[in-house]
Amino acid sequence: MNKAKKILYSQKVAPFVFSLPFCISLLVFWLYPLVTGILMSFQTVDFGVTTWVGFQHYKKLSADPFFKTAVFNSVEYMVLTLLLLVPIPMLLAVLIESRITKARGVWKIIMYIPALTSVVISGMLFRLMFSEGDGSQMNQLMHLLGQSSIPWLKSKGTGWVALLLLCMWRWTGVNMLYFVSGLNGIDGALYESADIDGTNPWQKFWYITLPLLRPTTVYVITISVFAGLSMFLESFMLWNGNSSPKNIGLTIVGYLYKRGIETNELGYACAVGVVLMIIALVINFIQLFATGTIGFKKKGE
Amino acid sequence: MKKKWLALLLSAAMVTSMSSVVMADDAAAEEGAPTAVTTVGPDDATAKYELWSFVDLHNEFYGKMVDLWNEQNPDRTIQITFSTYPYADHHNKLMMSLQAGSGAPDMCDIEIGQFPNYTGENCPLYDLSEALAPYEDSVVQSRLDIYSRADGVRVGVPTHVGAAVMYWNAEIFEQYGLDYKSVKTWDDYEALGEQLKEASNGEVYLTSVDTGSVDWMWIAMAQNGEDWTGGPDGEVNVQLDSVKDMLTRQQKWLNDGIAMISTDGHVDLEAGFKNIMDGKIASFPKAMWYMSRFKDYMPEMEGKYDITKIPVFEEGQPSSVGIGGTGTVVTNQCENPELAAEWLAWAKLSEEGEKYIWNELGFDVCNTAYWSDEDFAYSEDNYYNTFFRVKPYEILNQLAENDEIGRIYSTSASPTINDYFCTTTLNEVLEEGMDVDEALQEAQDYIAFAIS
Repeated sequence: MNKAKKILYSQKVAPFVFSLPFCISLLVFWLYPLVTGILMSFQTVDFGVTTWVGFQHYKKLSADPFFKTAVFNSVEYMVLTLLLLVPIPMLLAVLIESRITKARGVWKIIMYIPALTSVVISGMLFRLMFSEGDGSQMNQLMHLLGQSSIPWLKSKGTGWVALLLLCMWRWTGVNMLYFVSGLNGIDGALYESADIDGTNPWQKFWYITLPLLRPTTVYVITISVFAGLSMFLESFMLWNGNSSPKNIGLTIVGYLYKRGIETNELGYACAVGVVLMIIALVINFIQLFATGTIGFKKKGE
Repeated sequence: MKKKWLALLLSAAMVTSMSSVVMADDAAAEEGAPTAVTTVGPDDATAKYELWSFVDLHNEFYGKMVDLWNEQNPDRTIQITFSTYPYADHHNKLMMSLQAGSGAPDMCDIEIGQFPNYTGENCPLYDLSEALAPYEDSVVQSRLDIYSRADGVRVGVPTHVGAAVMYWNAEIFEQYGLDYKSVKTWDDYEALGEQLKEASNGEVYLTSVDTGSVDWMWIAMAQNGEDWTGGPDGEVNVQLDSVKDMLTRQQKWLNDGIAMISTDGHVDLEAGFKNIMDGKIASFPKAMWYMSRFKDYMPEMEGKYDITKIPVFEEGQPSSVGIGGTGTVVTNQCENPELAAEWLAWAKLSEEGEKYIWNELGFDVCNTAYWSDEDFAYSEDNYYNTFFRVKPYEILNQLAENDEIGRIYSTSASPTINDYFCTTTLNEVLEEGMDVDEALQEAQDYIAFAIS
């Protein structure tokens, strides 16, 4: 064996070689932007000329009413999507995996297809469907019900119906597949013994399925928290840009985009990004502690 | 043996997963990809450039001008590769590449609303003063000013004047026997609205007011000689009498049922075209470039529409203002900027260029030297000269005669002001009926905070 082969076949080196691509991509595409982003939040950046300004951006941010609206919207969106996109996909997954369902594959595909469409296109379709003109689908529906047209996207209540529908249409299938794979990991013997003990379907769901799905549920919640907080494109496409009436569709990332790209204040936008990161980290840590995924083990365990 | 097979299988799995990542990247890249790329000019050209636009028609026009230039200047030929991106992508990419210092095109279109982002202290655009000098005297000055740095150095070449005019559905007024031609002031306009409402049983609105565009405010300010940006050296003040007056009037029109709120925010959208074609609204003020919307989206309206000057608050005031536009720039990453600048100014301001801009694109050209030229302005071959009940340049010349085309400055505060009005103030006042003074105070407070 020559030297090169020796190194390649060495059990000590191999793990590093295999993890190297991940480490490099982590450093280049995650750590480097993160550090520069944090540094830039203390600077003003203008076409290659940077000036240090200390905490000025953060001070301004704390008094910025648009930023407050954006944070409030993002958090509200996150909470609402959690309420919709965890229980509903879970129930659908249980339904699809139950014995009474025929042609499971077809249902799974149908549910998953929206996730494959581009947000740009689906956002545009929803915008047309919810347009305030008399010809839009939703207003046609209202006419059938004997109601007059509604300017859907102009007020928060109706605008968010469209936004949440769009979000559910897109992500229900994805979350459902997570739960389906979680369900497949549950040992069938448990259900058999439950049958022998004479349980009803509800008891089986509550005492076997739900607890054993916990790792999947924790995972789905974790990604949904982050996806909810960082939502941008859906609202951007639905309102045809970053400017929605009275900012009902403005999110944290939308505000970052507005400041960074639309008004050329990259430093200020970075400060917005850093605050978003902190909020997401705090929420995720609380949630991971609360579900026991991370934390101190009790004595004796 | 078994292990080897397992290893092979695993590496195969890794390769597939890697390639699927690469494929996903490709799919992601596609969203930011240009919708069209074309190269015009010989491969052995003196200089090769790259030019980005967000309007396909603009690139088509530039392509024609490259061919013409190469014919006229065989010793200084150029080749340009044109890319068209969607609007938001286009400005994103330009901003990022100029901030990063590499990757920017040699020449680029910038929409006027985005322009102030590039004209600050460390402006990354090439000084076009020299290239524009031959045209300086005959081009509408305010159009050059809006694409200038704060210190007055020219950095962009304008496409059109964008003079605001009033579009009237003459057929509707004839049908009800009403006279729109005698309308001189906003009071006359309002009275006409009352008559129209009565005659049509409230079915036809006089106009639609915008919650997603500040055109009406610009017109009001220019007519009274005010400017909410305060100009290059002034202070931002949106609590202007003209703005108050216009908003109060619009609120009243809505309450009286003589105007409606523009569907989806303004009339330059599908819903707006529909309202116009259905005869739901009978008039609206818009820049001259809106004529091209008739050609592209509403050809059925041929012969029905008329164009006049916009009513004013008090007789004798200037009626118009330049609205919208695209400035084309040479960036500081261009290697042979002198030639690029010379070609650009020629393409957009010379007789050849202006002919194309008026006949093909349907814009009111910036070079006033051709406005009264019979062949140029009034030819029956031009689509718009027969489409409307008046030849558009007649109105343009009337406006020019009394120097009636005003200007609102675009400063670093403009994006913030426009954004606040289109998201908040106009909705509060027109949709919710909020007190005008209160809404403007709110706007002033926020804008002062945001630009501090």
